[in-house]
Amino acid sequence: MAVNYFNYLRKEKMPHIWCAGCGHGMIVKSIIRAIDKLGWKNDEIALVSGIGCSSRTPGYLDFHTLHTTHGRALAFATGIKLAKPNLKVIVVGGDGDMMAIGGNHFIHACRRNIDMKLIVYNNNIYGMTGGQASPTTLTDAKATTAPYGFLEEPFDVCNMAIASGATFVGRALDLDVPLMDRVILESFKHKGFSVVDAWSQCPTYFGRFNKWGSASEMMERYKQIIYNIRQKDQLSEEEKKGKYPVGILHQIERNEFCERYQKLRDTLKGKEEAE
Amino acid sequence: MQEKKNIKFLSGNEACGEGAIVAGCRFFGGYPISPSSEIAEFMSKRLPLVGGTFIQMEDEIASIGAILGASLAGVKSMTATSGPGLSLMQENIGFGAMAEIPTVIVDVMRGGPSTGNPTGPSQSDVMAIRWGTHGDYPAVALCPESVNEVFLLTIEAFNIAEFLRTPVVLAMDEITAHMREKVELLKESDVKIVNRKKPEKMPYLPYEYGEDLIPPLPGYGEGFRFHVTGLNHDKTGFPTNKSELMEEGNRRIMEKLDKNKDKVIKHEEFMTEDCDILVVAYGSSARAAKRAVRTAREKGIKAGLFRPITLYPLSEKALQKAAGKAKKVIVPEMNLGQYILIVERVIGHGFPIIGINQVDGEPISPSKILSKIEE
Amino acid sequence: MAQRFEIRLAGSGGQGLVLGGIIFSEAAAIYDGRHATQTQSYGPESRGGASKSEVVISDEEVDYPKATNPDVVLLFTEAAKEKYLPLCKKDAIIIADADLVKSEIPSEYKRVVKVPLTRIAKESVGREFVANIVALGLIRELTKVVSEESLEKALLKRIPKGTEELNKKALQLGKEAAYKYGEHILKG
Repeated sequence: MAVNYFNYLRKEKMPHIWCAGCGHGMIVKSIIRAIDKLGWKNDEIALVSGIGCSSRTPGYLDFHTLHTTHGRALAFATGIKLAKPNLKVIVVGGDGDMMAIGGNHFIHACRRNIDMKLIVYNNNIYGMTGGQASPTTLTDAKATTAPYGFLEEPFDVCNMAIASGATFVGRALDLDVPLMDRVILESFKHKGFSVVDAWSQCPTYFGRFNKWGSASEMMERYKQIIYNIRQKDQLSEEEKKGKYPVGILHQIERNEFCERYQKLRDTLKGKEEAE
Repeated sequence: MQEKKNIKFLSGNEACGEGAIVAGCRFFGGYPISPSSEIAEFMSKRLPLVGGTFIQMEDEIASIGAILGASLAGVKSMTATSGPGLSLMQENIGFGAMAEIPTVIVDVMRGGPSTGNPTGPSQSDVMAIRWGTHGDYPAVALCPESVNEVFLLTIEAFNIAEFLRTPVVLAMDEITAHMREKVELLKESDVKIVNRKKPEKMPYLPYEYGEDLIPPLPGYGEGFRFHVTGLNHDKTGFPTNKSELMEEGNRRIMEKLDKNKDKVIKHEEFMTEDCDILVVAYGSSARAAKRAVRTAREKGIKAGLFRPITLYPLSEKALQKAAGKAKKVIVPEMNLGQYILIVERVIGHGFPIIGINQVDGEPISPSKILSKIEE
Repeated sequence: MAQRFEIRLAGSGGQGLVLGGIIFSEAAAIYDGRHATQTQSYGPESRGGASKSEVVISDEEVDYPKATNPDVVLLFTEAAKEKYLPLCKKDAIIIADADLVKSEIPSEYKRVVKVPLTRIAKESVGREFVANIVALGLIRELTKVVSEESLEKALLKRIPKGTEELNKKALQLGKEAAYKYGEHILKG
């Protein structure tokens, strides 16, 4: 059955303010399809964001929504989830939000393994503030604060997440809708902290500064620097060099924090009663 | 049958934890910092026993984020820190004020600026508490002078936060935090507990207010879906850049405190009825001041003490009245002259207002205050 | 003004002076039903830095919680003696650990008791770390500012399980030391 998106969107907030060619709307639709498939009710979802283009999402979705300060979405979300573990907590943020100002919260959220779903809308640039370089801006790429090209190395969101202890890590491009749907759906099904590095193009700034062309031309560019994780063993090291794998990259089982904490409460209660 | 009083010999930090539990606090997010860490230690031990949650966050920015999130989810929350941590929290203290989220921030003051003096008493945050975050916001801060008062004011801090729907600071210092003395632990049934007003009907607009200017607040997941942002917003909770709505919103969060301040303000007066010399002191400095005033009276000098218990808002009328006949006002504080600026604004005309300022990590002694009284 | 009684315990971190102050003041406040405060100042070190613990006992509520002119001063290191002896009033009871404070205490101080507290703890109880408890027994006997029963109750409440006998013995040794080393004070 077709998904009725308006069951999840705040109609009065449409149309959204994202630029023509921006991929953020496609990510939101993938999120909605996953929620719809899982049968989550609007009232049991808290959606938390930081600041930036990605963080327009909470305004558009009809859940309990929280538009926090720049980088702090995971900190607020941690409080919500621990206070009401029965809520489904989805966190969205941009590459600046999660990898720069919120980097510390990101790595500790991965380490704690609280059952929250993070989606990083990664477009390699600060869109809302006018196209400045971000921690995922590609080396040598241009931005308003890197007029001669970006001299630094970018973070790989997924490698960061895996190294920090996230129990589900995946990546997908907005252009590959079925894969984005699958990665987000599986991340929502996962018990524990999940990270999805959702690539989205920014033709307004990144595309224009770097002469990458229109949104569809940008998608073609991105396609050149990825490979599907399923082909990992078929491709040579040479073929994979400098490229990013997409798909479900990492999934393990580890104690989830809320469950652990509940167990602690139960144990202490047992001890108290015994005394 | 009258129950026996539950008198304990506790430190201020322990009493703060006890008060928080009685007030209904069931979430604590914090980061260790002297001289406040014993509060986090207490909460980590106690909260899981009462169905609550403790979490040690990665820093103070995350701590305040977590407690604001927990509060939005409908659970009373608290953090505890000291100056350097307070500086880091300022960002989201502003968020709490703007989005009107009740929570309690305990600031056990230490010397500054920067790392300053972690182990000595200080009162150097009283202006940071008032003006620390950017923008205009309704600052509420309580300042206890004894361990027993720490217990009571912690409960009061929660009550005010819940009533006004705003973050409240409990400003302690190393002495009120680490000093041990008698405290009467009251049960929940023996104290007034205020819980936030909840909406009664759908549709719910999160920033629609009545006469008291305080909008009701449900918890996430309780059937009232709503949006919260730190941007200027209208009654619906969504961002607005309409001039008149921005003006209205910014003014209302200030006016809700002003309108309800009589329900919040607390102060103590000691021998002020006929005083020639008025000492204005708060926190542990007020105890030195009280001793100095007593000694002065024994010597026939008409001294009195005015102690603001709510630093913000201050009972301005009462202070003006207490200073009415005074020829001299003395303001001792463990900083280089912060609260004196407020005293000057409120009563500052016609007579000298003298500060006693000390930033050496030692408390101000009664004899130092006495000699200024005698001067 | 209500009678205030002030005690200052000065030494270094790890000597148990803060705990000693807590036990003594709790004995007064909770078990004797009077008023008391215990405060402290310390350095950043958990062990070894300068440490000071103060107790104020009164029949009325204690206003200023720190010692201003202590009636009893315990000096547990040479450094503590250097720093705090000059601040002592001449008729204060000054207790110094005979082995840890080797330098002389001038004769202008009339009520000085030199006791090998740490040695007593080590030799008689076998545990150096109960020197603080020996000191509490000594101070109580010299001043009678708290009752013997209250001090013992407060002590037993604050110490680890299994060390009760050890600590009670330390307290008793302190009491005995009062007669052995402090008779001049007991006689007034």
